[in-house]
Amino acid sequence: MSDRITAKNITDNEFFYGHKACAGCGGSLAVRMALKVLGERTFIALPAGCMSAVGFNFPQLCFSNNAIISTFAGTGSIITGIEAGARALGLKDYHVLGMAGDGGTADIGIQALSGAIDRNDRVIYICYDNEAYMNTGIQKSGLTPFGAKTTTTPAGKHIHGNVKNKKNMFEIVAAHGIPYAATASIAYMDDFIEKVRKASQVDGPSYIHVIAPCPTGWGIPADRTIEAAKEMVDCGLWYLAEYYDDEFHLNRDPNEFTSVSDYLKSQGRFKHLSDEDIALIEQGRDKKWEKIRAWN
Amino acid sequence: MGKVKFISGDDAFAEGIRLARPQVVSAYPITPQTIVVERLSDMVEDQSLKSEFIHVESEHSALSCAIGASSVGARAFTATSSQGLLYMAEGLPYAAGGRFPIVMMNANRATALPWNIYGDQRDSVSQLDCGWIQVYVEDAQESLDMALMSYYIAEHPSVRVPVMVNLDGFVLTHTYEAVDIPEAKLADEFLPPYVSDNKMDLENPKNMAFSVGPADNQEFHLLHHKAMLRVADVVNEADTRFQSIFGRSHGGMVEGYRTEDAEYVLITVGSITGLAREVVDELRSQGVRAGVLKLRFLRPFPSQQIAEALVNSIEQGSAEVGSVVQAVGTLEKDISFGYEGTIYTNVNSALIKEDVHVPSYNFIGGLGGRDISKEDIRKCFSHMIGKEKDKIVWIGLGVEDDVR
Ligand SMILES: Cc1ncc(C[n+]2csc(CCOP(=O)(O)OP(=O)(O)O)c2C)c(N)n1
Ligand code: SF4
Ligand SMILES: [Mg+2]
Repeated sequence: MSDRITAKNITDNEFFYGHKACAGCGGSLAVRMALKVLGERTFIALPAGCMSAVGFNFPQLCFSNNAIISTFAGTGSIITGIEAGARALGLKDYHVLGMAGDGGTADIGIQALSGAIDRNDRVIYICYDNEAYMNTGIQKSGLTPFGAKTTTTPAGKHIHGNVKNKKNMFEIVAAHGIPYAATASIAYMDDFIEKVRKASQVDGPSYIHVIAPCPTGWGIPADRTIEAAKEMVDCGLWYLAEYYDDEFHLNRDPNEFTSVSDYLKSQGRFKHLSDEDIALIEQGRDKKWEKIRAWN
Repeated sequence: MGKVKFISGDDAFAEGIRLARPQVVSAYPITPQTIVVERLSDMVEDQSLKSEFIHVESEHSALSCAIGASSVGARAFTATSSQGLLYMAEGLPYAAGGRFPIVMMNANRATALPWNIYGDQRDSVSQLDCGWIQVYVEDAQESLDMALMSYYIAEHPSVRVPVMVNLDGFVLTHTYEAVDIPEAKLADEFLPPYVSDNKMDLENPKNMAFSVGPADNQEFHLLHHKAMLRVADVVNEADTRFQSIFGRSHGGMVEGYRTEDAEYVLITVGSITGLAREVVDELRSQGVRAGVLKLRFLRPFPSQQIAEALVNSIEQGSAEVGSVVQAVGTLEKDISFGYEGTIYTNVNSALIKEDVHVPSYNFIGGLGGRDISKEDIRKCFSHMIGKEKDKIVWIGLGVEDDVR
């Protein structure tokens, strides 16, 4: 498609800079890139979480477009209000974007998100998933994967980190019959950018779930963020897909997965996992892929 | 004059909102507020109200949505009650601190546990510190008029603070009265469109609802507080303007009844005031100098106005120096467990600050919709007249108990 945005033609304008995110922060990259696609006429709402914590410290306010912090649970409903207000006032040619973390999306904010989709509001919702409550110091969220050590799922003799699998937000959202939903990874930037562009053209709600590693919480060096995000997709623990026209579409179906064990062992949060734990994770992956391969 | 309709307090409030023309309405149903939400959706359907009616999935979202709408400069309305108010509580200081001039109707209702759908004021009184202006109306006409006037006050450039208008559950929300419904043309003359630069703007982007650290935080609160201190003047301005356009007035922060020379003054909030006035008339006919002082606003708290109403009785009722007021009683549908009624706490603090030193009593009743009878109110006065020792008295109890 000719209007495709790529690394070559994406704007040099920056909308999110001067913030206090850690070096190598995946979430801030996701925010920055999403705004480059959507442009300056975007209202962005971010709930409590790392991105609002690093970006809105008066007087150091880091968005050059319109931006607001929402309550932790209220991303879905504040973007509804922004959109309704803008429509009522007759504003033209704008986007309304909510960008919340995994906790803000899958846990405390899931009700408001569900409401926004149900209302068919013309809003874009992006979940930047770093797989824990990072802003409060790495506690387990509903999207923390099996086995991950967090400050509330310690890895000890009796329990090996988190005992639950990630909720599948993508499919939960799709179950609403949303016009457009997708998964993405900051390592596959062209894919993410294209999905944001597609979302922006939907006349109704759209949802993108983007994996955005957090070096601080994952226990990886700051320069390994992108690699970790890439390995997660390549080893099959994450998948790139879309949902539209009432159907799922798998975007990337590798013939061979890279090593799950290598992916896990390169991260501090999984260091403690035993071979049996890793085998369980692989089994879970294979079962999942049987299902999602049937989509295509 | 507009046309007169025989409608409930909830209906009247909805009529007021139709006249105020909010651009976004987001509310979630809860007894006894529900009628308001239903009426507004009817009005949007028949296009007599051109609003975005948002079907929110909770009260937390109702207020969050209103905040979003206000953050782009739209006029927003929400309504709730009791559990709903508490469920949206996180958003209350959020809306107020962000200086979003949202108007909310709250149907005063008991809070669980025990579950109870009837009226008392424990829901809104528990939120006195959240930074909203709080008004308590007495009848259906005042409900309609305050729906309109609240936007004038909230959006006033020297205020910019949200307003919660409280209607006693059932006693007011569901009681039918003849209500004058003003013409839309006059309402438009009274209430100008909302214009503000406290908003996100496509031509002039803003970052809003940000964090403020210890170095500047207190100053933001001071600005908010100062805005609250300007409310009393704006209420008077709104009322004068209202009277000149509609020929009707509801007064200022407080409203006294026969307080000019009163020796015994009962302080009331909301719809119970009417009954208290009847008892005062009765007592007057028996030679007792009784009066009622209705507090229309609990935030900002009308300390000075209370003192003035009591001190009035010095100048007009007596040649002596010193107040003729022998005792003051605060009648409220609230209890701060382990202490006293919170309105009483506020009244006492006001009296001390304003150097009015008189015995002060607290009458707690009407909890969970318990009827407050004329006899109960008579007892309040006789308790004050008898200079009884107990300062805090539960009235209308069904069991013999000395709550001490
Ligand atoms: C109602 C409420 N509960 C708890 C918090 C504390 N809190 C702030 S951010 C946060 C975690 C955010 O996690 P997530 O949404 O995953 O975003 P991240 O920080 O990881 O980017 C928590 C628990 C809050 N601000 N508000
Ligand atoms: S803790 Fe993680 S998510 Fe938060 S700013 Fe640092 S790198 Fe980003
Ligand atoms: Mg997170």
